[in-house]
Amino acid sequence: MKRFLVHQCVQLIVVCLGISIITFLLLHLKGDPVTLLLPLDAGKEEMASFRRLMGFDQPLYVQYVRFLLGAIRGNFGMSLYMKKSAFALVLERMPATLLLTFAGLFLSLVLAIPLGIISAMRPYSLLDNLCTTLAVGGQAMPIFWLGIMLILLFSVRLHWLPASGFGTWSHLVLPAMTLGFFLVPLTMRLVRSGMLEVLSQDYVRTARAKGVSERDVLLKHAFRNAAIPVITILGLQFGQLLGGAIVTETVYAWPGVATFTVTAIRNSDFPVVQAAVFLLALCIVVVNLVVDLLVGMIDPRIRLEG
Amino acid sequence: MSKPLALRKTLRLLWRLKLAVVAGILLLGIVCTAILAAVVAPCDPLATDIAARLRPPRWLEGGRPEYLLGTDQVGRDILSRIIFGGQVSLLVGTLAVLLSAVIGIPLGLAAGYSGRMADTVISTFVNIMLTFPFVLLALAVIAVLGPSFTNMIIVLGITNWPLYTRVVRAEVLRLKEREFIMAARALGMGHLRLIARQIFPNLASAVVVISSVLVARMIILESFLSFLGLGIQPPTPSWGGMLGEGKDYMLLRWWLATFPGLAIFLTTLLINLVGDGLRDWLDPAMHV
Repeated sequence: MKRFLVHQCVQLIVVCLGISIITFLLLHLKGDPVTLLLPLDAGKEEMASFRRLMGFDQPLYVQYVRFLLGAIRGNFGMSLYMKKSAFALVLERMPATLLLTFAGLFLSLVLAIPLGIISAMRPYSLLDNLCTTLAVGGQAMPIFWLGIMLILLFSVRLHWLPASGFGTWSHLVLPAMTLGFFLVPLTMRLVRSGMLEVLSQDYVRTARAKGVSERDVLLKHAFRNAAIPVITILGLQFGQLLGGAIVTETVYAWPGVATFTVTAIRNSDFPVVQAAVFLLALCIVVVNLVVDLLVGMIDPRIRLEG
Repeated sequence: MSKPLALRKTLRLLWRLKLAVVAGILLLGIVCTAILAAVVAPCDPLATDIAARLRPPRWLEGGRPEYLLGTDQVGRDILSRIIFGGQVSLLVGTLAVLLSAVIGIPLGLAAGYSGRMADTVISTFVNIMLTFPFVLLALAVIAVLGPSFTNMIIVLGITNWPLYTRVVRAEVLRLKEREFIMAARALGMGHLRLIARQIFPNLASAVVVISSVLVARMIILESFLSFLGLGIQPPTPSWGGMLGEGKDYMLLRWWLATFPGLAIFLTTLLINLVGDGLRDWLDPAMHV
């Protein structure tokens, strides 16, 4: 377990450094960052003094070290539009993004776990085939179009739910549904294949032979074991989940990090863009680490290995 | 194996994969329509007709016979714009996947074939790339480079290669232990020749399958960038751009956003079905 922990920590540090390098280089993709940060009509002298002010005249590695030291303390510079710390502005939007992400995840689990278990109970039955078809269709669905179609149905046609906004529970329903539906195919397939594998194991047959009720066999003996790979893969897919949340936010003008970042991109507000990319990537790394540790604790095979 | 027997086996396999075959034919239809857009499209995709703006599809009240799927906010024919928009989506998707392959496959070969040092470096880099929310990374890079057709291909290409590297690396590691590779080494085949002649052909099936998955993903991503106005710039028609413009009118005119999205959905669905079929086709177990 100790070696496992040390290995995870080393990896965490390396990945974080990598993230910081890529985030740093974003601004230098086109060569001179000054042309990106100043308006087009800025004069030569203005550019030169700004370059000195921001330290862009220093060698690249000096700039990187300075960026890294700032990033560690959550200092990505001031937002160019709102005179506030870029990191603080992004952090303010984080709760809304996390709320949407977890609401979507919850909804997808509520739908996908029963569907996956039922599909695995009778593989290749009518219901299983129906679920597989829906999953194939769902995976091809562009999430932003799904969002628009849901708005058309529930807001425009039926007038049940608001099309955008934030504040009450009714505002959360459509975005969470969109994100949830987006995740259902993947989760359902994971649950189904996990259950199918577990159901053919000897201990399931033994449980059945002992006369354990089918419900207990499915939920206690089979599902608990099938859940481990599902949790692992879902955890590792957190990046995709967050990506889905980013797209969903922009469709519903949800006031989270993504909507804010897209506005920042339109305004060429690069400190905010860098802070957002760095923070979200960090979230993904941390979630992946937590999942690895959790699985390591649950699964004795990994725990005892090191 | 005699020729008629081989043909019969192929036909039987095709029958088993009939869904993918049908999907392939339909996809070919979409590709041909996009290529021949100038001939097939009923109207000029850029021609505006202010007198006939925001008309519903033909079968609804108020629809005009010459505009099958209705018109947009400046009276352009939606069907023609979708047909021309297909050119953009398919071209960007394919070229971006090619770029990813050109970056990802050599790195995968290097990681799998050469020693531990290169493997560790490349694998770490892949892991870092995979932690980024690549939608956001693509957005950020576009923000720096500026939206254009070429930049879009570059952005999608450089954010999506790690999938190739990962899969190719795993395949090469598996192949390296096989007898025919060891035999080739023992016979004195050089490394480069060995990679080109023995390993590379055996990667084909994996590469084909990933490519199909990636093309579908790229088309969706391209549409999303255009949807946000950060991709293909108006007035050039693109599915995502049409969807983004249509969103502003959707409270009263549902058709503006519905049909371009349907085009994206159908295309990616067909590509996925063909990809699944290709995977089965290339799976030796299916040929038994």
